[in-house]
Amino acid sequence: MKKRDWILIAVLLAAAAVGLLIVHHMQSGSGSTVTVTVDGEVYGTYDLDEDQTITIDNDYGHNVIEISGGSVSMTEADCPDLICVHHAKISKDNETIICLPHKLVVEVDSSETADADATLR
Amino acid sequence: MTRKITISALFIALAMILSYLEALIPFNFGIPGIKLGLANLVVVIALYTLGARQAFAISVIRILLVSVTFGNMSAMMYSMAGGLLSFLIMYLLSRSSHFSTAGVSVAGGVSHNAGQLIVAAVIVENLNLMLYIPVLIIAGVLTGLLIGVIASKVIPPVRKALNNTQHR
Repeated sequence: MKKRDWILIAVLLAAAAVGLLIVHHMQSGSGSTVTVTVDGEVYGTYDLDEDQTITIDNDYGHNVIEISGGSVSMTEADCPDLICVHHAKISKDNETIICLPHKLVVEVDSSETADADATLR
Repeated sequence: MTRKITISALFIALAMILSYLEALIPFNFGIPGIKLGLANLVVVIALYTLGARQAFAISVIRILLVSVTFGNMSAMMYSMAGGLLSFLIMYLLSRSSHFSTAGVSVAGGVSHNAGQLIVAAVIVENLNLMLYIPVLIIAGVLTGLLIGVIASKVIPPVRKALNNTQHR
């Protein structure tokens, strides 16, 4: 390996470390609502503190989202890769579970961090 | 020409087998989109032993064939975006003498993940996907480094074997 290989790796890892800090900061607040979007359009917004099951059936396919004990997970999907179902439960602000084949995004939001962002700016 | 087609076919077959092997290994970190990218090993070796044109053809054909046989059409878009971007970056870096196969492969691994993520963010119309970038960069560096180190060991014997076929 040459010197520039190491420089390239060091630069990439440094960028990733900075990125991780930013992501950690953005995802530090606990969320309060769950927003489900399909194809970029909001399908529904749900309360994170309220245990419930959301079933979505559309042209893309079938998904079941479960909100339980303050966290969200995808429990069922008929997509080919099932990455969304294997995804860990989410509960923090700005965390997402994505079902790419179904163009579906489950996102946790919190109104508090939105305010904090506004004051920072 | 026949020799060229035969060697390309061998490389494509090898890439397909590696993709298949990788699909067999349950390799899941709870983070979407992280793969070893074993098939990229074949593309890196092709880039250094067969030249850019043939390596490009091998890369595109293996993505098409793997998507049709083991994958699905929606996954093809991401593979193609990642494959094309990483090929472009690896081609440009391999032309410069400053980087060895490890550096080229690391850049390829990272840009492959970046290409897929950009297409994914466009398709679901959600910029929060970009929060995956740091993790995907780290994954790209690690898998790229592994592939690059293996490639640097495999390239000399492959080059030798290819030269032997020419003389016969």
